[in-house]
Amino acid sequence: MDWRYFRRRATNVFNLTGSVLATLFGLSWLFWILWTTFAYGVSAFDWSIFTQNTPAPGNDGGLANAIVGSVIMVSFATLIGTPIGILAGTYLAEYGRTRPIASVIRFLNDILLSAPSIIVGLFVYELIVLRVGHFSAWAGAVALAIIMLPVVIRTTEEMLRLVPNTLREAALALGAPHWKMITLVAYRAALSGVITGILLAVARIAGETAPLLFTALNNQFWSTNLSQPMANLPVVIFQFAMSPYESWHALAWAGSLLITLSVLALSIIARTLLRKARMEYS
Amino acid sequence: MAAVPIEIPGPKIKRQRLLDRSFQLTTTVAAVFVLILLAGIIISLFVGGWDALRTFGFGFLGSDEWNPVTEQFGALVPIYGTLVSSFIALVIAVPIGFGIALFLTEVSPHWLRRPIGTAVELLAAIPSIIYGMWGLFLFAPVMANHVQPWLQEAFGDWAIIGALFEGVPLGIGMLPAGIILGIMIIPFITAIMRDVFLTTPKFLKESAYAMGATTWEVVWNVVLPYTRIGAVGGIFLGLGRALGETMAVTFVIGNTHRLSTSLFAPGNSIASTLANEFTEAVGDMHTSSLIALGLVLFLITFIVLTLAKLLLMSLERQRGAKS
Repeated sequence: MDWRYFRRRATNVFNLTGSVLATLFGLSWLFWILWTTFAYGVSAFDWSIFTQNTPAPGNDGGLANAIVGSVIMVSFATLIGTPIGILAGTYLAEYGRTRPIASVIRFLNDILLSAPSIIVGLFVYELIVLRVGHFSAWAGAVALAIIMLPVVIRTTEEMLRLVPNTLREAALALGAPHWKMITLVAYRAALSGVITGILLAVARIAGETAPLLFTALNNQFWSTNLSQPMANLPVVIFQFAMSPYESWHALAWAGSLLITLSVLALSIIARTLLRKARMEYS
Repeated sequence: MAAVPIEIPGPKIKRQRLLDRSFQLTTTVAAVFVLILLAGIIISLFVGGWDALRTFGFGFLGSDEWNPVTEQFGALVPIYGTLVSSFIALVIAVPIGFGIALFLTEVSPHWLRRPIGTAVELLAAIPSIIYGMWGLFLFAPVMANHVQPWLQEAFGDWAIIGALFEGVPLGIGMLPAGIILGIMIIPFITAIMRDVFLTTPKFLKESAYAMGATTWEVVWNVVLPYTRIGAVGGIFLGLGRALGETMAVTFVIGNTHRLSTSLFAPGNSIASTLANEFTEAVGDMHTSSLIALGLVLFLITFIVLTLAKLLLMSLERQRGAKS
């Protein structure tokens, strides 16, 4: 074997080994983080977290009010964000298409998708909290809705674009008006993909902490009043983890386990559905 | 044959036309809402931060003072912290992301690609608060007891690099924050790099292989030059994510308003300053300065993300023109 050939082979093996190591390096963090969350979360887990409210410093208690608060705010955020997102995605896929205005909206939507979530918190603080005069669960829900909006818009558009044009033409040829063609044919064909987008968006906002800090804040007590501050898992975890009390740390780990499990389950389900939806038409 | 009478639209058709128009209008309004939202965010940050911007002027960007008592505020320390921690993140995430993308596109057997790709994507699904807790309770002690002392021993005596590793190894500070940010943006960089690598036309790669090139030579001399713009776009996208990341950084950066050359020293980023101080801000000037800080962050990420998008779009155009 001549020297140059050997060197090229050696470089190749060296760099490809590097890529394997990089993959192992990346995955090792995933396993370390997940393992930590499970180990600490399971050992801190107790059924009483579902029945008792968040405790005073140093006391025992649960996460009931925070869990309910999170569910309420995520639900309302979904109710606000989903219809707007689906309609906007419909415009981009069915009406706007290649028009300049549609391209601009698409571009800015992608930027909004990656924009820092804490900025959304500031915006909603200025928009709602400051006007109303106090923190509230409504503000929290609106902030979360703004964060989920770009995700829903993007997947809705993508999924509608996968619907073959022949389906649209068939509906129009039968004399169906445009709106019927979209709602009865295109939506139905893209349904599973659109639902996936909503699931992905819910997974994204379920663990969001930063935008809730300035909007829903926190509440030590049980509250289902949307115009008052409301407890929620992410902010409670933040507050409890940063505290010096062991019992609070344990609750924070239990909360982390809940959030991680639900987010991972949602995103795995969504990804599987998405792959199916994409394969159906391609 | 009798002439076909011109049909005058009946009430049913008129109704459908009306419905058509209102449906189109509704979707248009929803889409334009995105523009209004973005404009609203920028305007509200300007309005909220106006007091601070007017009082401190451009000095706001250059001053390292942050004193709620004397009401003197400057953005230099958080801006510095944001940029440095994001830079550390890129130093880690770019080679690792490239390595994983290379593995997923060229090295891995086919049956392994999907599970590993999904696993890497899950890194992005984990909420940042989980990264924060793990960073504070698990990662920081490891850094303080093992990694940082080792770094000090290995590089402490070097001329310039040594200064980066000065001080007490606390486990929290700029370096741990940057490393955690790096882990968090690996999936974004990996996903884009993998996707753009896959767009390389098969015939280009096959020609190179036919000339006897090794896998590495094909990647380095064919795939990378062809997809360079897109890969850089992916890096910018990761950078945009790193700049605005809040919770994970807040847990481990140390939250101290002090400039330091050492990466071991605690610092502050724009996002962590906001998360820590905003609800407890005393006085209007403090609040206004924090919002102005938010405006700075938004403008920086906006520019970085715009660049990322433009780069990725120009790769698409280039591909469209060639094929």
